[in-house]
Amino acid sequence: MTGKNLWIAGVAAPLMLAVLLLAGTPRMTATNNPTAGAEVKIDNFTFGPQTITVPVGSTVTWTNKDDIPHTSVSTDGVFKSKVMDTDEKFSYTFTKAGTYPYYCTIHPKMTGQIVVR
Amino acid sequence: MADKKQDLIDQQLQDLNEDGVDRRGFLKCMAWAGTGLVWTMSGGVPVSRAFATGKDAKMAGKGADFSFVQISDSHIGFNKPANPDVTATLQTAINKINAMPNKPDFIIHTGDLTQLSKPSEFDTLDQVLKGASAKDVHFVPGEHDMLSDNGEQFLQRYGKGTKGSGWYSFDQKGVHFVGLVNVANLKAGGMGSLGHEQLEWLEDDLKGRSASTPIVLFAHIPLWTIYPDWGWGTDDSEQALSYVKKFGSVTVLNGHIHQIMQKVEGKVSFHTAMSTAFPQPAPGTAPSAGPMKVPADQLQQVLGITDVNYVVSGRSLAIADSPLGA
Repeated sequence: MTGKNLWIAGVAAPLMLAVLLLAGTPRMTATNNPTAGAEVKIDNFTFGPQTITVPVGSTVTWTNKDDIPHTSVSTDGVFKSKVMDTDEKFSYTFTKAGTYPYYCTIHPKMTGQIVVR
Repeated sequence: MADKKQDLIDQQLQDLNEDGVDRRGFLKCMAWAGTGLVWTMSGGVPVSRAFATGKDAKMAGKGADFSFVQISDSHIGFNKPANPDVTATLQTAINKINAMPNKPDFIIHTGDLTQLSKPSEFDTLDQVLKGASAKDVHFVPGEHDMLSDNGEQFLQRYGKGTKGSGWYSFDQKGVHFVGLVNVANLKAGGMGSLGHEQLEWLEDDLKGRSASTPIVLFAHIPLWTIYPDWGWGTDDSEQALSYVKKFGSVTVLNGHIHQIMQKVEGKVSFHTAMSTAFPQPAPGTAPSAGPMKVPADQLQQVLGITDVNYVVSGRSLAIADSPLGA
């Protein structure tokens, strides 16, 4: 009886660890320790990078590095920043997969997109 | 130097008069004369001469039936290195207007009154404008004036009696003025936009007027395409300009690009004004259209106001740009 339980535990523990690693790693990266891909810098009237791809659940943060205010507004009405003056930030967490085009409503030539997978 | 320029221009004018209207020569003349330029539209024939200072400047408005001044892009609230004190430079512009030998009848502000549409910024602007000798000020909004509230505050303060997002028209001694709004509901990837409703209104507003009525259109973003990469144009301006085709004298005044640009196309004269706050780079000469930092002692040479004189007999408008530092 005791031996059988031990055997199950012995198999289950590495399995559970593997499951945790698989499910947990991307989430950890996106929320607690954002990679460079989850940051969009607004500089010289440009969103950079213009397209970024992030896993579901990622938080993307925009930072305005220009001397002129900008916004980051989803073309499909999914998210809408307030006006960001110099060095101000806006963050949005993407909970569903999809492609999210966005633009600056003040300077509509400025466009970008977030691809969530 | 000024006399030399004047001679050159006179020579060019003579050539123009002999050969008819040579637009290439005319535009070339405008290009090198730069900021200090007066030009008149007389029955569709453009005539230009260097904008003079001193004695000649006093002559500029002489014989005019009325005159007005265009100011633009005061960006009250902006405090970055390109100009840490935009209130002071606006005040300088107002002082300049008040010192004009021929008092302007009114002022047109072609937008970007403020940097961030803050109530305190609008208050400061109002305070400075109160000191202007011309009490009548006509506004159109820039994109900076409708940042977070779709322009509600702007309309409350400056939009009494206007339609839609703030467009309107008025008459002054036989000249028909139309203030247009091309900074509302901008579409992703596009430039300035007037929108269907405003275009319909404009067509209707101009319809019943005689072709001899001088027309002045003013809006924030240029109503002609200057540089699409930077959004310096209006997507549906062609439609608007089709409504003024029958008129003998059309003047289009814009701001937004913080520098002087002019173009004459048939009977339509296009003109953009300097900012009173900070200069922006010439199209394509910088990575972006952001504020341009110039040495402090040169700032007043790249900021300025635009003085427009109208003579009824010739149905002509003479436009003179003058830097604050002149």
